[in-house]
Amino acid sequence: MTGMSGGTEAWPALLPEGLLLLGAVGGLLLGLWTPQQAQWRVRLLVTAACLASAVAAASALGGPAERVFEGTWVVDTTTGVVRIVVALAVAVLVWLAAPSVAGHPRETEAYVLMLLGALGTVALAASGDLLLLVAAYLLASVPLYALAGFAKDAAGTEATMKYYLMGAFVGVLLLIGVAALVLAAGTTGYLALATALPGTSPALLAVGILGVLAGVAFKAGAVPVHFWVPDVTAGTTPPMAAYITTIPKIGAVAAAFRLVAEPFADLPLDVPLLVAVIATASMTLGNLAAFSQTDVLRLLAYSTVSQVGYLFMVVAVAARTDVAVPALAIYLAAYAVTNIGAFAAIAATPAARTITDWVTGAARHRWVVGSLAVCLLGLVGTPPTAVFVGKLAVFTAAWDGGLAWLVVVAAGNTVASLFYYLRWMAPAFAGVATAPVPAEGPVGSGPRTAPGTAQKVRVAPAAILHAAAVGSVLLGVGVGVWLGVTGAS
Amino acid sequence: MLLTVVIFLPLLAAAVLLAAPRLTGRAAIGLWIATSAADLVLVGWMWWRFEPGTDASGVVDGLAYEADLQWIPTVDAGYHVGVDGLSLPLLALTGVLFLACAVYSLREPDRPRTYAALFLFLQTACLGTFAALDLILFFVFFDLTIVGMYFVIAGWGHGNARRSALKFFLYTFIGSLALLVGFIGLFLGSEERTFDMVALAANPPLADSPVAGGLVLLAIGLGLAVKTPLFPFHTWLPDAHTDAPAAGSAVLAGVLLKLGTYGFVRIAMPILPDAWQRWAMVAVVVGVISVLWGAFVALAQTDVKRMIAYTSVNHMGYVLLGLGAAGLVAAADEGARTVATVGAMYQMVSHGLLTGALFLLSGWLWSRGHTYAFDRWGGLARPAPVFAACLAVAAFGSLGLPGFSGFIAEFQVFTGALQASPVATVIAVVGILVTAGLFLLALQRLLTGDTVAPGGTDGDREADADRTGEAPAPAVGGGATAVVAEARTAPRVGDLRGHELISVVPLLALAVVLGLFPRVLLDVLEPAAVAVVELAAR
Repeated sequence: MTGMSGGTEAWPALLPEGLLLLGAVGGLLLGLWTPQQAQWRVRLLVTAACLASAVAAASALGGPAERVFEGTWVVDTTTGVVRIVVALAVAVLVWLAAPSVAGHPRETEAYVLMLLGALGTVALAASGDLLLLVAAYLLASVPLYALAGFAKDAAGTEATMKYYLMGAFVGVLLLIGVAALVLAAGTTGYLALATALPGTSPALLAVGILGVLAGVAFKAGAVPVHFWVPDVTAGTTPPMAAYITTIPKIGAVAAAFRLVAEPFADLPLDVPLLVAVIATASMTLGNLAAFSQTDVLRLLAYSTVSQVGYLFMVVAVAARTDVAVPALAIYLAAYAVTNIGAFAAIAATPAARTITDWVTGAARHRWVVGSLAVCLLGLVGTPPTAVFVGKLAVFTAAWDGGLAWLVVVAAGNTVASLFYYLRWMAPAFAGVATAPVPAEGPVGSGPRTAPGTAQKVRVAPAAILHAAAVGSVLLGVGVGVWLGVTGAS
Repeated sequence: MLLTVVIFLPLLAAAVLLAAPRLTGRAAIGLWIATSAADLVLVGWMWWRFEPGTDASGVVDGLAYEADLQWIPTVDAGYHVGVDGLSLPLLALTGVLFLACAVYSLREPDRPRTYAALFLFLQTACLGTFAALDLILFFVFFDLTIVGMYFVIAGWGHGNARRSALKFFLYTFIGSLALLVGFIGLFLGSEERTFDMVALAANPPLADSPVAGGLVLLAIGLGLAVKTPLFPFHTWLPDAHTDAPAAGSAVLAGVLLKLGTYGFVRIAMPILPDAWQRWAMVAVVVGVISVLWGAFVALAQTDVKRMIAYTSVNHMGYVLLGLGAAGLVAAADEGARTVATVGAMYQMVSHGLLTGALFLLSGWLWSRGHTYAFDRWGGLARPAPVFAACLAVAAFGSLGLPGFSGFIAEFQVFTGALQASPVATVIAVVGILVTAGLFLLALQRLLTGDTVAPGGTDGDREADADRTGEAPAPAVGGGATAVVAEARTAPRVGDLRGHELISVVPLLALAVVLGLFPRVLLDVLEPAAVAVVELAAR
């Protein structure tokens, strides 16, 4: 425990976070002195900060796990994985967002807010103290409210409003939960809680656990606090939707993992069962709700809710099996790559917002459809993509942790999820088949044609989509390398 | 290394095809044929160099061309491939059938480049499944065959193709996930925590927990039964076949169905011997029901392709009967169980060749008349004698006539199973009678009587016109309407064309060779079958 004294020697452990913060502050300052047409410089700076942070995090991974600043900040494999994945994902998302915010009066602010949200996400994953968890929750939330409504249009404003109200409400629940736990144990550090909590009043414990889990479940977008996910995803712009459904989830799942593994490990209450129920509800309700969606953004939004369900499977068995940490490391990275790819497909063809648009318009672009198919099949868990390996590891961990029934539920849900991904992908693919021969009714009838014919593919998001599709397969095939880098194996 | 080349050569060719958008259709198909031929030559070389051994060899030892690389270190899953007497015949079958399909598709008009790339991708997936010696690798390739076949049916099928493709995907995907759950069970039940099939077969997991072993076998059996398919999980099969293109159907029936039965021999029997013995009677019963169900339902079909599809259910039933009988350790001696296993393996190869040929021939019906209905065709022996001869040969082979590979297979299955479960075997023999009846009936409907044929396509009319020197029918000017209007004008249908003939005849010739000289295949199969029987009897 090098940092127990709170001395200066602990600062190097926070280098990755420091670089993110430096990028945010530096970007803001640079943006102030840069003309509006040249704000791409900020983008470069932010990207460089993210990459530097990822490199710093990767180089720190080799060392032993440590807790710095009086045990409040945990630096271990899970934190390292979140640091790398979040930093790299934000570096990509900045470029995904670039076409829609370039030249915008508040372009710099968008990038800076994205970095600050990333910082909050890493803090969520690294926090080893309830009070830091609350602070990280706020840091990972407030920038996102601004990002959700960045376009200042009606849909975005409504989305922000819902997001903010829901976030404030769940924030109160989180605070109540933390208060109950402090009342029960008299401390806020995870390690101290782990020893003090088992002997305390079950009622206080129940309130505390429910409140704290509600907080992280909100950030992760899990049932029953998922209501903001579809509205925010469909209301904001596709790149911001990609950010909001990817980045905070990573930190929140890691935070939940740490909570279940440390303070909630040996309680008289069956916390793993509670988490397993949340997982079941998330994947089932997410899938069922996605069935009938025609808006591709809403469809993807519900798909992320169901993905959180699979991630929470490994949270449930966090304290019970050795394979949980590698499973989390694989699935988090796989989810980030694949989900960003799917959203990049929408960002690449901004006019195609419904499944029918995709049939008529976007389907002309074979390569976009092809890469989208790889990403969507990846989300289903088709081998050899990364999510398949993640699912395999998660299923194994869940079964090993005594939750074989959850594995069966998850397998059933995987089949169900195939149905709606195919609803989107299959017509788009078959549209390729009939592209030269439009068999539909007269031209100009209904909403299918207008966005379809005027379809143009944006270059940067399309490049990210293809890179994500390739990356998803490469990560799946080369998962041994990733596990070697993170040291999770 | 050689095996890895064999597996991934088609995938490489597929990547080349996708990366070269300016390639003409004919050149793309040419590349496909060349790749498949090269792959088949390599498989032939492997067969030539393969030492089958004399007594038990295979599954846990005697593996040739092995390669083993680590893939997912935390769960000890790897790229472990190898060849033994079980997989080599199926690898060869895959090579032969895909080459036949490539030749058959020489004149594919619809996006030939993508079509060829998809089939090459499928070939890699099928070869990989048969060569895999790691459960996760097996699953990866197994799942990829589903994806590839989905796109083949959805993109190039006819009729209600998209719906059939979706049904196929959902059904088989459920099966594959059940399989995955079973594999995870094997992993967690094993002592050394591995997905390696060789290690698992050498030291079978869950030996002392019959309930867990039974449940894992249930999950694996469910997954394989959907793929095979066995009654009552066969309902996806007729739709998928009816709406798939001819080459797709041939691959689906000839190779993809074998993935299911191969899984029983390779995974269920050696790795879960205890559970397999306990539940072997279920396999026998399911097999016999599939035999009878497939035969009787096929008898009632009015559509040629649906009929062939149901005979596949019937033929796969024999395989399960043989494998189930091989698990009834108490009821039969080792010799009988070995004969049953060899028969089941033989049936896989035989069915692949004969049914592949039948489906390619049924593609002739679609390309000439866009229908498979029995009542729209008749008396084809007069205008298309070569087609009639090929169809007759394939049908007779399929019903188990001596001299064809099907006879050797079914004879061994019945001989081996008789001692273990006489009642089931006698009931299953009824299936042979029904199959014989339905194939004869089909030949009678299609080939004899007055010539009846739906209006042909433009291309055929022109081809006919070229031959007879007559002017094409006036309706040709109407273009698409001529196809739609099912004018029963003077039925004039062209015979099998060159590339169709070249693709079908070798399959039939191989079926005859394997029927007359069974030792060619038995020498490879028998040591492996002995090994499986010994492992399953532990």
